[in-house]
Amino acid sequence: MSEEIAQPAARTLGAERTTGFLARQWPWLVALAVALLVPWLSYDWATGRHSGFMVSMLSQMGIMIIFALSYNMQMGQTGLLSFGHAVFLGLGGYVTAHTLNAVKAGSLWLPLEVTPLAGGLGGLLFAILFGYFATKQRATAFAMITLGIGELVTSCALMFQTFFGGEGGVSTNRMIGHSLFGVGYAQPLQVYYLIVAWTAVAVALMLLLTRTPLGRMANACRDNFERAQFVGYDPRMVRFVQFSLSGFFAGIAGALYTLTYEIVTYDTVGGAMSANALLMTYIGGVGAFAGPVIGAILVVLLQSWVSLLSNSWLVYAGVLFILMVTFAPGGIAGLVMMHQPIWRAGRLGRLAGPYARLVVPSLLVAVGFVLVIELCSFLTIGAAQGKSLTLSGVTVNPRSGTPWIAATVLLAVGGLWLRLEMRRIGATWGAVTEEIKAMGRRA
Amino acid sequence: MSATIAAPGLRLADVHKSFGPTAVIMGVSLDVARGSRHAIIGPNGAGKTTLFNLISGRFPVSSGTIELGGQRIDGLEPHEINRRGLSRSFQVTSIFARMTVFENIRCGLLWSRGYRYSFWHLLGGERALNEAAARLLADVGLESRRDVPAGLLSYAEQRALEIGITIAGGADTILLDEPTAGMSRSEADHAVALIRRVTAGKTLVMVEHDMSVVFDVADVVTVLVYGQVIASGPPPEIRANRAVQEAYLGVPAEIA
Repeated sequence: MSEEIAQPAARTLGAERTTGFLARQWPWLVALAVALLVPWLSYDWATGRHSGFMVSMLSQMGIMIIFALSYNMQMGQTGLLSFGHAVFLGLGGYVTAHTLNAVKAGSLWLPLEVTPLAGGLGGLLFAILFGYFATKQRATAFAMITLGIGELVTSCALMFQTFFGGEGGVSTNRMIGHSLFGVGYAQPLQVYYLIVAWTAVAVALMLLLTRTPLGRMANACRDNFERAQFVGYDPRMVRFVQFSLSGFFAGIAGALYTLTYEIVTYDTVGGAMSANALLMTYIGGVGAFAGPVIGAILVVLLQSWVSLLSNSWLVYAGVLFILMVTFAPGGIAGLVMMHQPIWRAGRLGRLAGPYARLVVPSLLVAVGFVLVIELCSFLTIGAAQGKSLTLSGVTVNPRSGTPWIAATVLLAVGGLWLRLEMRRIGATWGAVTEEIKAMGRRA
Repeated sequence: MSATIAAPGLRLADVHKSFGPTAVIMGVSLDVARGSRHAIIGPNGAGKTTLFNLISGRFPVSSGTIELGGQRIDGLEPHEINRRGLSRSFQVTSIFARMTVFENIRCGLLWSRGYRYSFWHLLGGERALNEAAARLLADVGLESRRDVPAGLLSYAEQRALEIGITIAGGADTILLDEPTAGMSRSEADHAVALIRRVTAGKTLVMVEHDMSVVFDVADVVTVLVYGQVIASGPPPEIRANRAVQEAYLGVPAEIA
């Protein structure tokens, strides 16, 4: 963020300001355009219908992008590891469901486009309530408290029937007949575009929030909370405000969830959903603002697409998480940012060869690994479901030795080869960075 | 330099601190006149840093009172003490390592400029604030390192940055804990010049091991040994004090 003291000349001219904005923020605009156009890729012109799977997956991506970004307001930006973030998504969802029902019953007037704000306020309210206790602590104690809050709210969801509707949850109907634009929202695509609009607004607001005094002091408290105290800030207050606002955005995500599925159940406040936030944020990268966006897209892809293909999609998500934490703690965004200095120096081409050589061994390892997991899965769950494993038309018997041997060979050969190539990359990487350093010295 | 007639700066009266059964500070009374430069010296483990931690509110005192400008500050939280005009640096460099040098300085400015916990000001557009931060950056000589993450600075640069953060809020009482520790001679000279420049007109209290720095900067030197003040006065007096020589300085040649 080196744009802070803008050049006085650039300030006076609106046109230059606009080009400056485009130069910096074009990836977001491209992302928005893609979000608007992608549903039409799966449009069936013969029947005049959109693919339900595609629209549903994209809607979920939008919701999860907001959810993951709001989680990173705590995790990456303030250094607070939470195990209970779903509480605010879920409660925002419940509040929205009740709001919709009240509108439907005629006791409240609210256009549908605005209802996510009700979810956001619900999330904010509960984040203020729980955050007051949780943010008195930081680090491990904070994490433990959030874990407790998650469990508490989950059990409350099953106990207090009037608000949470017990195990059945709260059903609602998004066709409340009030719209700012006269849209009925009968079709999922209409809801999807509403989600896109809210996601764009929420992402923009969260991005702007990082550039405010609160956003910066959140980073400061993350880096060194004692130092923050000695520049006059109460780190507890910084954590509290940041936590509350994060709850607001999670509540908006919950509201959009309710609009999409028209039902909210207790699992929206549960531990699995909270873990999801952590998973998405970490895989995408906690260190960059856009990291959780990438993570959300990837994890939703895994969840909806891979889960169609395999029973064991959770194993793949888990392994991906472990791999990222071990080898790329900065997440995907961190991997990208690592290459920035090399790209700026115009040396990225040097790495293209070594990277290309990674493809074959990586594929071998991946195929070997998938084979092992699927063989296991078909021995147990698959057998119980009466399914059989078919690979390109050939039925594989998981009880015979051949596929297991093949998988082991693939894993072993691929693994050794991969190590070799990784070492090469390390050497090239070292050489390139040395060159760049030398260039810097000469300049 | 008579502390008794000057305006009240920082005053400690019979301050005690124990950690469990271990008494670390045993009845320290200290008067630091406003605008004076006060050095606290003493052997390792004498309690110098603990004393700083008590004054700045990092630890609560066990008994005794601490006043700043005539007002009690013992028992307050560190940020409350800071808001009353006392700022400190740490013995182990304490900066915001993952933020840029410029951001570090700007964070030091925010509270004193009334931004509080605002999430409705965009910092990029706060002209006066950014100009003040840029000026301060130039003051501490880190202009060329503006956009570097603070954690990547050299040690001496990090110390300079910490001094910048410490003075940014405009506090009139500055506590510096071993500001030249671990520096080469030339780096230390540079740091001393910086400290002189940026603390002009403020009350300065520093813990320092480097005797040349102490006798160069301070108007008053207090010697702390095993949690008690054994001598306090102008440098020549301290140099000549027999108890100090025996307890701490060893042979007189060392302080020349």
